[in-house]
Amino acid sequence: MTTLTTPFLECHKRAGAKLVEFAGFLLPISYEGILAEHRTVRTGAGVFDVSHMGEFEVRGPDAGRFVDHLVTNRVADVEVGQAVYTPMCLPDGGIVDDLLAYKFEDRIMLVVNAANIEGDWAWVQERAEGFDVRLENVSDRIAQLAVQGPRAAEIFESHVPSAALDLGYYRFTGATLWGVPMVFSRTGYTGEDGFELYFDAAQGERVWDELFKAGAKVGLKPIGLGARDTLRLEMAYCLYGNDIDRTTHPLEAGLGWTVKLDKDDFCGKAALEQAKAEGLKRRLVGLEIASPRVARHGWEVAQDGAAVGEVTSGTSSPSLGRSIALAYVPATSAKNGTAATVRSGTTELPARVVPRPFYTEASHR
Amino acid sequence: MTPEGLRYTKDHEWAKKDGDLVVVGITHYAQDQLGDVVFVELPAVGRTVEAGQSFGVIEAVKTVSDLYAPVAGEIVEVNGELAGQPALVNQAPYEGGWMVKIKPANPADVDHLLDAPGYKALLEAHSA
Repeated sequence: MTTLTTPFLECHKRAGAKLVEFAGFLLPISYEGILAEHRTVRTGAGVFDVSHMGEFEVRGPDAGRFVDHLVTNRVADVEVGQAVYTPMCLPDGGIVDDLLAYKFEDRIMLVVNAANIEGDWAWVQERAEGFDVRLENVSDRIAQLAVQGPRAAEIFESHVPSAALDLGYYRFTGATLWGVPMVFSRTGYTGEDGFELYFDAAQGERVWDELFKAGAKVGLKPIGLGARDTLRLEMAYCLYGNDIDRTTHPLEAGLGWTVKLDKDDFCGKAALEQAKAEGLKRRLVGLEIASPRVARHGWEVAQDGAAVGEVTSGTSSPSLGRSIALAYVPATSAKNGTAATVRSGTTELPARVVPRPFYTEASHR
Repeated sequence: MTPEGLRYTKDHEWAKKDGDLVVVGITHYAQDQLGDVVFVELPAVGRTVEAGQSFGVIEAVKTVSDLYAPVAGEIVEVNGELAGQPALVNQAPYEGGWMVKIKPANPADVDHLLDAPGYKALLEAHSA
C-alpha cells in the first residue's frame, strides 16, 4: 500500500515536523517536542492536522432512522447543528469504530477513524440494505484541522460571526473563513475548548496559512500526534485500536452513556442488553502507577501474583507529572483505590485504580 | 551532532575517556529518535557490566529503550542530575546528559568502538 498524505504535508515540512506513518498516512508525530506541544494546548492554542479522519455522508428519507440503527447513541432526534459521539457496534456488541455524527438539515455526516475508513465503509454499506439512503464516502475531499486550547476561541474573534463563538460544546454551524466555506464545530479530543474545521481539501494550504496569521496573537503552534495522544489520555478518552476494538464493548469501556438501550432496535442492542443484565465482567479503568516508568499497551495487570487484566494505553502525563494508564480489570477490581501491579517481562510496577479523567483542570470536558 | 574525539556504538551510545574512566551517554541521534525523555533508570554504583549488556532504561513519552554498556567494567558513578532533570538528555546529550562512568576492565576496549566518521557512516546508512 502506498503511503497517503494530507493537504498539509508541505506545511508540516516547513514547520519542521518529524513525520511518521500512521494509519497509512504520513503525519507529524511532533514538531518542537511532545511535552512543549502538550503544554501549548493546555495553556494557549495548537492546531492538529486530522485530515486522515474519514467522512461519510448519509442522505435520503431514511437517513436518521438508518444512522440510529447503525450506532448506539441517539442521532435522528437531536437538533440540527448538534454533533454526537457514538460507538458503532457489531451484532455481538463489539465496537466496529467510534465516531462523531453531525446532524445537518439535509444529511448526517459520520466522522470515522482513519485506520477504519475501509472497514467502516464496507460495514455501513452492508447495513444500509433495506433503508432508503444515499451514502457517499467523501474522505478524500475533506481537510480537517482541530484548533484546541483555552485560547482557541480568541483566534476566530474577528473571522466568524459572534454566534459561532457562542456555540455550546458539541454544537456546529456553517461558516465562511478566509473565503472558504466550512463546518465550524466546537468539538475536540483534548479536553480543552476548541474547534474542528472541515473544508475542501483543495483549500488546505491557504486555510493553514491564514489560520496561523490569525493565531499569531495567541502564539498558535502546530501540534503532532504524540501530544494528541498524551492530551487524550489525560482525559481518559478512548483510542480505537488501543482501548476499544471489535473484541470490547462500549459498556465495559465506560461508554455506557453513549448506549441508548431504550432506543428502537440497533445493531448490537440485544447483545448489550444481555451484557448489562448479566453484569459486566470487566471494566476499563484509570490506573496511576507509583513509578516514573510507563506501562505500555499490552502490559499485564496482576493481583496477588495472578494476571487479571491488560493495559491498553499508558503514558507519562505531562500535566500531572505522573505515570498513568488505562487498563481492563475484572469488574470486582474496578473500584477506586484498588491496588494492582502492572508488569512486562521482569519489570513490575505498583498501581492503583483512580477516577477518570486523570486531568480535571481542562477548559472543557 | 557527532563530536570528534568520542567513541560510539551501533546502539547509539557514546563513550569518552576521562582519565582511567569512561563516561557514557546516548547520542544526539538517539535522543532525537526517542523524543522527550521523562525518566532515566540508572544502575547502582559498584555494579559490574559486560560490554553490550543492558545497564539501564530510558523512558520517553512515546517509547522506552534499554541502555547498553559500550565496554565491560564497574559502574563507579552515575549522573544524579538526571533524576530531577531527565530533559538534560535531550538538551545536552554529550554534556549534562551523561549517564554513567565506568572503570573499564580493559582500558583498550574503548579504542575498538566506532570513531566519529564510523558512526556518521552508520547514521547515513540508517537514513538511506
